[in-house]
Amino acid sequence: MLEGLLIGLETAFSLKNLFMVIGGCIIGTFIGMLPGLGPMSIIAIMIPIAITLGDPSAALILLAGVYYGAIFGGSTSSILLNAPGVAGTVATSFDGYPMARAGKAGKALTIAAISSFAGGTIGAILLMIFAPALSSVALLFHSAEYFALMIVGLSAIAAFAGSGQVAKAILMTVLGLMMATVGEGALFNMPRFTMGLMDLQSGFSFITLAMAIFALPEAIFLVLNPARAAHSESGKIENLRITKQEAKSIAPVIGRQSAQGFFIGVLPGAGATIASFLGYAVERNIAPEHEKKEFGKGSIKGLAAPETANNAACTGSFVPLLTLGIPGSGTTAILLGALIALNVSPGPRLMTDEPQIFWAVIISMYIGNVVLLILNLPLIPYIAKVLTIPRTFLIPFILFFTLMGSYIGQNNSTELLILVGLGVCATIMRFANYPMAPLLIGFILGRMLEDNFSRSMQLYDGINFIVERPMTMILLFLAAFLVVLPYLRLGKSKNAD
Amino acid sequence: MSLDRWIALVILSISLLYSYAAFFTMDQLLPPFMQRNPIWPSTFPKILGVLSILVSAIIVLGFEKNKDSKDGTEIDYRRLFDYNLGQAVFLIIMMAAYALSLRPLGFFISTITFLTVSGYALGERKIFRLFFIIAIASFIIWYLVEQVLGIYLRPLPSIF
Repeated sequence: MLEGLLIGLETAFSLKNLFMVIGGCIIGTFIGMLPGLGPMSIIAIMIPIAITLGDPSAALILLAGVYYGAIFGGSTSSILLNAPGVAGTVATSFDGYPMARAGKAGKALTIAAISSFAGGTIGAILLMIFAPALSSVALLFHSAEYFALMIVGLSAIAAFAGSGQVAKAILMTVLGLMMATVGEGALFNMPRFTMGLMDLQSGFSFITLAMAIFALPEAIFLVLNPARAAHSESGKIENLRITKQEAKSIAPVIGRQSAQGFFIGVLPGAGATIASFLGYAVERNIAPEHEKKEFGKGSIKGLAAPETANNAACTGSFVPLLTLGIPGSGTTAILLGALIALNVSPGPRLMTDEPQIFWAVIISMYIGNVVLLILNLPLIPYIAKVLTIPRTFLIPFILFFTLMGSYIGQNNSTELLILVGLGVCATIMRFANYPMAPLLIGFILGRMLEDNFSRSMQLYDGINFIVERPMTMILLFLAAFLVVLPYLRLGKSKNAD
Repeated sequence: MSLDRWIALVILSISLLYSYAAFFTMDQLLPPFMQRNPIWPSTFPKILGVLSILVSAIIVLGFEKNKDSKDGTEIDYRRLFDYNLGQAVFLIIMMAAYALSLRPLGFFISTITFLTVSGYALGERKIFRLFFIIAIASFIIWYLVEQVLGIYLRPLPSIF
């Protein structure tokens, strides 16, 4: 291991690879800020550039830097504009955006930067220590456990995202799952619910849906009520520092979520999105009663939790990719494609056969996290200038980037009409306080959930997998408990009254 | 009836249609060899359809009360005409028009028109400054998308 580590240090600290990691982080941060251009799109676009480098280590380091940068940049747009370009940063907007609107944008961005740095760095340390052992643990999970784990994730989201309106949150989750069934599935090669429309053959686009339910209603709300924009325009970034008290308060959150996020990231199919939502839900659940009320209104713990968890999960998702050759998420699947194009076969033998690739990627994670912290903290006042742009410029440009994000993702102008239609529906739903995040996460997990459910059903010839796999049963009980929990609490508080 | 229950009623209607399609239209298309499988393409949609009907019915029947937002900056839909509703509707129409004009008119004409008219509708009166900034921004974005990212964006109308 020590020998491999030294080879990795030598490779990662070469001038070319340092340039790759810095360049990747910068490109990722700026593009990740634009709503609609998530890491998947930009990594896919960067693949031809990476392949032309001809060096697998340099290519993977560049793409990994872009990945981290995009997640980091996505948090910035979540905090400042409530327009998460990436599903993994949706939970960041729950408390980041209220903080920005309360004039604490600088503080929110600083907490995000520190949490991301800590999550990514601790994740990289954990990756080095636990990679071999964790990969064997992840191997024990079968389709049934993945299915149950996703149900736990969705239940937690539904139970905690609805702020007392569990039925609405569950309905939105189910609606998202229903939307995910539109189009051709992976297991069943037949179109479903397409109504004969060619444009629905491949289903709804994630980017279009994300833009329609987050960015578009936000822009329409800014138009309807200019007072909302006035909050933003007056939000000067004066105080970037966080107090000792605040640092003390978020330190345990960072510690817990680094570990939890990392382990969730290791599980294929889970990734940064589940990690961030679960991280948020867990921290909200264990917070003292007076702090719990702050969640969703600008809680620093509510911001630090998903930011730490999603970065740690990004690191964790490299474990199955590098050690098993299994992509844990869409992004790592694209990375896997790039490695195969470079004649590298990730798997258990990668660590021994090509240690310079394996270890250089891990070392570059440390470097990348330092670059992101050094790059983002000094740039925070400039990044936050987005808030001072007059609404007559800001709103048309938000709408334009929303449209372009959707167009670039699909290269289809019909997609833009779908975006406008869904955006109007989402705006009306927001009038009635329907939570939108469960819809998106339900949509993202829908395909994977159905695939794992179908595989389990086929393997066990029915729903016997629930009984025959104890871990699945435990996870499903946990999911049921998470749904019932808010009602139990409600009953308890009514009795107390 | 409050708006959240109306919305739930719409979702309930969609769920009924979805469930009808899942229960009564999908299985007929299934090849005989797939009918022996424990899972059919309609299995998961059937579960979702039933779940959605149940949950939306809970809201429609008012078992879970709506929790009104107390945040003063949120939109009160009961006083929608007190807000800039005209501007919002106009921008939505502009977005739909942009979607329809992007291919035939090309990127530059449709983008510059969309951004300039939207900015003007929102109250920007320094029209030359607005036009100048938008023209430069449009070119930069087109260059990045078309030349750097390699995604085709027709710059001008098809007649050119």
